[in-house]
Amino acid sequence: MGFLEELRALFPPGRLLTKEAELAPYESDALTAYRKRPLAVVLPERKEEVVEAVRLCYRHGVPFVARGSGTSLSGGSLPVEGGLVLALNRMNRILRLDPKARIAVVEPGVVNLEVSRRAAPFGLYYAPDPSSQPISTLGGNVAFNSGGAHCLKYGMTANHVLALEVVTPKGEVVHLGGQSLEGVGPDLHGFFVGTEGLLGVALEITLRLLPKPEAYHTLLAAYESLEAAGNAVSQVIQSGLLPGAMEIMDRLSIEAAEAAVKAGYPQVEALLIVELEGPKEEVEEEAKLLARVMGESGATEVRIAQSEGERQAIWKGRKAAFSAVGRLSPDYIVQDGVVPRSRLGEALREIGRLSQAYGLRVANVFHAGDGNLHPLVLYDGKKPGELERAEALAGEILKLCVRLGGSLTGEHGIGVEKKGYMAEMFAPEDLLAMERVKEALDPKGLANRGKVLPGYGQSPHQGGLKTDLGELYA
Amino acid sequence: MPEIFASSLEEVREAVRTHPRLRPKGGGSKPALSSPQEGETLLNLSGLKGILEYAPEEFVFTAYAGTPLKEIEATLRTHGQYLPFHPPLVEQGATLGGTVAAGLSGPMRERFGGLRDFILGVRFVDGEGRVVRGGGKVVKNAAGFPFHRLMVGSLGAFGVMVELSFKVFPYPRATRTLRVGFSKPEEALAALEGLRTLPLDLLALDLVPPTTLEMRIGGFPESLGRRLKRLQDVLKREGEVLAEDEAHWERVRDLAFLQESPIWVKVPSRLDLIPTLESLPLGPRRYMAGGDLLYAGLEPHGLKALRDGGIPHLVLRGAQEVLFPSPPEAFFAPIKRALDPKGRFPLG
Ligand SMILES: Cc1cc2nc3c(=O)[nH]c(=O)nc-3n(C[C@H](O)[C@H](O)[C@H](O)COP(=O)(O)OP(=O)(O)OC[C@H]3O[C@@H](n4cnc5c(N)ncnc54)[C@H](O)[C@@H]3O)c2cc1C
Ligand SMILES: Cc1cc2nc3c(=O)[nH]c(=O)nc-3n(C[C@H](O)[C@H](O)[C@H](O)COP(=O)(O)OP(=O)(O)OC[C@H]3O[C@@H](n4cnc5c(N)ncnc54)[C@H](O)[C@@H]3O)c2cc1C
Repeated sequence: MGFLEELRALFPPGRLLTKEAELAPYESDALTAYRKRPLAVVLPERKEEVVEAVRLCYRHGVPFVARGSGTSLSGGSLPVEGGLVLALNRMNRILRLDPKARIAVVEPGVVNLEVSRRAAPFGLYYAPDPSSQPISTLGGNVAFNSGGAHCLKYGMTANHVLALEVVTPKGEVVHLGGQSLEGVGPDLHGFFVGTEGLLGVALEITLRLLPKPEAYHTLLAAYESLEAAGNAVSQVIQSGLLPGAMEIMDRLSIEAAEAAVKAGYPQVEALLIVELEGPKEEVEEEAKLLARVMGESGATEVRIAQSEGERQAIWKGRKAAFSAVGRLSPDYIVQDGVVPRSRLGEALREIGRLSQAYGLRVANVFHAGDGNLHPLVLYDGKKPGELERAEALAGEILKLCVRLGGSLTGEHGIGVEKKGYMAEMFAPEDLLAMERVKEALDPKGLANRGKVLPGYGQSPHQGGLKTDLGELYA
Repeated sequence: MPEIFASSLEEVREAVRTHPRLRPKGGGSKPALSSPQEGETLLNLSGLKGILEYAPEEFVFTAYAGTPLKEIEATLRTHGQYLPFHPPLVEQGATLGGTVAAGLSGPMRERFGGLRDFILGVRFVDGEGRVVRGGGKVVKNAAGFPFHRLMVGSLGAFGVMVELSFKVFPYPRATRTLRVGFSKPEEALAALEGLRTLPLDLLALDLVPPTTLEMRIGGFPESLGRRLKRLQDVLKREGEVLAEDEAHWERVRDLAFLQESPIWVKVPSRLDLIPTLESLPLGPRRYMAGGDLLYAGLEPHGLKALRDGGIPHLVLRGAQEVLFPSPPEAFFAPIKRALDPKGRFPLG
């Protein structure tokens, strides 16, 4: 029997898509500049179906891509030409939520925000909060080690995953980790998180839940320059405070957010959001210190949320910033580099210079506490050459981040988009070690082929660097 | 037994290339793990030490793997910072690499998380003598395979760690400890259960069996009194307040309560597992991190009981078979094969 016939035996009509019109929505993820036509899409409803499909792929040598909601911004869930897409949205059950144990066991298609919603009646929540949390899935979050505004204090997805059930690319089902916060033996579930679907498909995920902070103190400060806002972040850190979140927005993103959701932001060069959280007595004391720091930071205006409504208003503009920037420009690339916090000022100055040099506007919204930049490179895809120019500019920014001692990605993954830049950050031997691990677990190179590793498969990336690891294999 | 010293990256590479089987050792505080077995050469890394980079403002440092934690903590303290996962056996000479390889966290892991939550990057020498880097030196990073997390609890299986980068946090300005006794174990357990879900930001939450809870809070001196009062109200008990609690917790994190026991184990615990664990013949012990982490001192029959009960554990001292259960073959073995094809290192 051929591959498709065997798939048909596994999936009833309606859950195996092969017609052109049915496949179209799966041809790309949120990075729509890349498109690939898969051979088929299956919609599993139980983990056994995923396992069987992966085994089938292994037997027939068919590459496959797991897909959650397709919100990847780096082409991570781009199909492999002629391969299978495992669309996991229907596997969206919270299997167990145990408030005493502070854990939730979920299927990979569960939407991030749903976990916190279900944990709320118990005073608990799931900490990692990517801006895409109302739509992105935990399977995608696990694959990308997704983050959000709270990573400095609470860490990224990897820190909140206690166990994983995974099907390896060879079709073997393994249990990694356990239900305790602590484990013994190699942290294999920690290693799986962030490998972007290259080492298998997560079938079941055990998450740790945290008690919801009792009190928040949220403040919005206005500055006459991005640099002044950046300096304020350093001053906060030096004072010994550990805020839950510190976010900066520049003029362009403030304008966009304002036009989109009318958050009532002052129209200035830079806004800083600082949020303290914890027991109310503690937050009260911290707020006094923060007020002193803000007073000395040169802020032209400081607003403190007096109610939950005012707090939500402050966050509304920030959370809407990405989509709001869409109003300023027909297209944009979201970049996601990281720099050491003390180099933020330098990085932003250089981004400003590059923006001038390339003749493209760049809006900056970022997780300042983590040094995680999100430059939004605005372009018009209909103008010949602009996409290429935007990609080149985005690439320059990534190289800048690495040069300053940072990283190519804080949370959006490498995908296809940044794999050409991996050699900027990693030495050939580092990449070779990744390739060897990939090859040992996935000898046929089927799981999310062509992503992350520059030497693997054919690169759909237009520009950027290519490395040849062939000689190292010899 | 043969023993060699390596105090630089190059010497580690050389050692790996020339010796068919190696057992890395940092300070030797977990001798069950770092004592060489038949056919192994001991690779002594105690000379591979020193802090390479430390930017207090970034909350990040990088140090050689053989650096004693004591040295690292002393440096951090001069800037008011600490390793929030509170690694054990500092006084006994534990090193950064040994702590990562063993995967150990101490009582204050309750507040911000364990070792796995703070490791940012690694440079290690794999079984072929290649230098491999994973992770990075910034607090947020998602690029490439996270080899640094693979090292946590690895017992040296994938390579010899040379350099490690960690995230650190500001040390609380002041701390207080409340010790509360209950009349029955079930009451203590119920109180523990209740505290776990409350937003009290406890630095440590320990059950000292059979019936005592110890809680540590940290923060502004001005707020601690009120927070302590609230804790007492929640528990409906006055308890005993340890104002100068530093020395107490240092003894706890150095596992001083295990001193008399021949065998030391770490057990990943859980609330629902505690009654089972309490029915076993375990010796002196303490449940940390709200009950998720048990360190116990055992006699051989206690160890046998753990094993017979199928309860996962790691032996730090006093036995040959250290890890139970073995890592899952289908995932572990290929990674081991990829990084240590000749089987130079422990495990598998
Ligand atoms: C408006 C917007 C805002 C965003 N904000 C953030 C943010 O603040 N922080 C952040 O980190 N990201 C952010 N993202 C990016 C994206 O939402 C995250 O990367 C998210 O984790 C992707 O989840 P998904 O379900 O859409 O996964 P997909 O895009 O479907 O897949 C992402 C990757 O995960 C793999 N994958 C999916 N499921 C599995 C599985 N079960 N097992 C193995 N691999 C799997 C895929 O193969 C792919 O490589 C944002 C995206 C958008 C569009
Ligand atoms: C009963 C006893 C009492 C002691 N008392 C004292 C004392 O009072 N004062 C004192 O100074 N010392 C004392 N020691 C010795 C001391 O414990 C060691 O110096 C030290 O603790 C070493 O611990 P470690 O964290 O370095 O891990 P180790 O025990 O050396 O190793 C733990 C694990 O990590 C692995 N490992 C270590 N480093 C690496 C690496 N870089 N890469 C890969 N794997 C690695 C090992 O192979 C092993 O699996 C005592 C020892 C014992 C047994």
